Amino acid sequence: MDELLKILHSLHPEVDFTAREALVDDRVLKSFDIVSIVSEIYEVFGVAVPAEEIVPENFNSAKALYALIQRLEDE
Amino acid sequence: MQQTNVLEYLEGTAARLPDRTAFVGEGEAMTFSQVRRAARAIGSALARRGLEREPVAVFMPKRPQAVAAFLGCVYAGCHYVPLDEEMPCRRVGLILESLGARVMICDGTTAPLARELDFPGEIASYEDLAAEPEEGSLLERVRDRQLDTDPVYVVFTSGSTGTPKGVAACHRSVIDYIENLSDVLGFGRRTRFANQAPLYFDACLKELYPTLKFGAVTYFVPRRLFMAPVRLVEYLNENRINTICWAASALGMISALGTFQRVKPWYLSTVAFGGEVFPVRQFRLWREALPRTDFFNLYGPTEATGMCCWYKADRDFGPDETIPIGRPFRNTDILLLDEGDRPAAPGQTGEICVRGASLALGYYRDFAGTDRVFVQNPLNDRYPERIYHTGDLARRNERGELVFAGRKDQQIKHMGHRVELGEIEAGAAALETVRAACCLYDERRGRIVLYYAGDAGPAEVVGALQKRLPDYMLPNLVKRLERLPQTASGKADRAALGRMYEQADK
Repeated sequence: MDELLKILHSLHPEVDFTAREALVDDRVLKSFDIVSIVSEIYEVFGVAVPAEEIVPENFNSAKALYALIQRLEDE
Repeated sequence: MQQTNVLEYLEGTAARLPDRTAFVGEGEAMTFSQVRRAARAIGSALARRGLEREPVAVFMPKRPQAVAAFLGCVYAGCHYVPLDEEMPCRRVGLILESLGARVMICDGTTAPLARELDFPGEIASYEDLAAEPEEGSLLERVRDRQLDTDPVYVVFTSGSTGTPKGVAACHRSVIDYIENLSDVLGFGRRTRFANQAPLYFDACLKELYPTLKFGAVTYFVPRRLFMAPVRLVEYLNENRINTICWAASALGMISALGTFQRVKPWYLSTVAFGGEVFPVRQFRLWREALPRTDFFNLYGPTEATGMCCWYKADRDFGPDETIPIGRPFRNTDILLLDEGDRPAAPGQTGEICVRGASLALGYYRDFAGTDRVFVQNPLNDRYPERIYHTGDLARRNERGELVFAGRKDQQIKHMGHRVELGEIEAGAAALETVRAACCLYDERRGRIVLYYAGDAGPAEVVGALQKRLPDYMLPNLVKRLERLPQTASGKADRAALGRMYEQADK
């Protein structure tokens, strides 16, 4: 989780990612950020996020995103 | 008779195809006759208020009614100034200040925001204006006085001094653009557009006016779909979208995230990209996915009304190649000038200067700024002839095609938007706790990087910038330094910061 928070924090130092639940819906994360996050996740976790998993539900909170990474790691 | 007013597009089509759907938003749509009725009512309402040849701010979300509001302003002989709920309040405030508009049109969503703005004029509701009676004779009198050199709209782009710049374009330049763009891209009544660009830039002209001209249809893609690429492509397929003219970054997002392995936009026959350089790697993914689709690279500054160059990308490109911007549209000419205002030598890089009816009128309420870049053609000493200095560099390749080669100054293209790094720096430096600020652009990763010196923490700096700048101008990385490296002349040393950034990256 810490590694993920580090990725997110480097994109938006002003945001407390542990507290936000609607990162996409509140437009904290933009489509540009999604591309960066997906490529950082690949670099750090070695997990490729498939296109159909790139939906607001999976990116709205750090928790949801971490759950996605874990699910993909298990597959 | 020659067309002299953009409203003739609407009138011709509304008479021919009144009940055909013109614009589709989320859960709402308008036919051509509905657009005409609303626009004429709004035009009558504004004309009755005594407005003519003056700016009217349109502060509405992206929906079909916003287009009707734009055209309503034109019916009144006024020019529309699109504002958006996504712009930070401070920026909207700055724009309104520099406009001096007497009326702002809002809808239910934006009215509460508008009331917080200290706008000295009338805040009029779209619904009320559209319900006012249409007054044909009044609109006719307005039309009789309208010229094709009168402005249609003013849109605001990033300004290096920290204040956004308004660019005014007239009927003549918009018509010139729409006719020639439609010819090249082959638009017609069967064209089904999906719009991506915000309505507050000239980029949306590509869909709005050809839709009116041909009786085509434009779907306003819900914004959140750009955060879900598979759903986005499914949306294109559900609505049988055959034409998209999008920022290269929006197209690149779809291909980079592996979307085509799941779903392909089967109906697309024409894909135009512009606003920035489209990376060859992403272009190849698109071309592989859609081998029978026509791809076009478009280039143009807002000051030349939309786009002014086009290139049909119908061949493969090597990884080190740049997709050319090709050649100018009909009735537009491009000069490549060197530092001494002479034609650049063959194969050499020169500044792109534009000549022709496509030139916008200039900067709004900024004659000095206009005169700096809209200047006499230095190659013509016989009669007055205006050209526009874009600040963009290009060269001609061995095929004679124009190839974009960067900027003369600190302007960048980020996510399809034009950004003056100076405006971000000015925003950061406005904080009392920031002593100096300098921005870089990491082109490879498409990142805006802000370095600053001062007591403020990065979160504070970003927070302050968010109040002044639109989202697309916010730095993607903010770094605090003890002091910024300086050049001999005392300016921030960009080259040294660039090296520092590269080092940190390793």
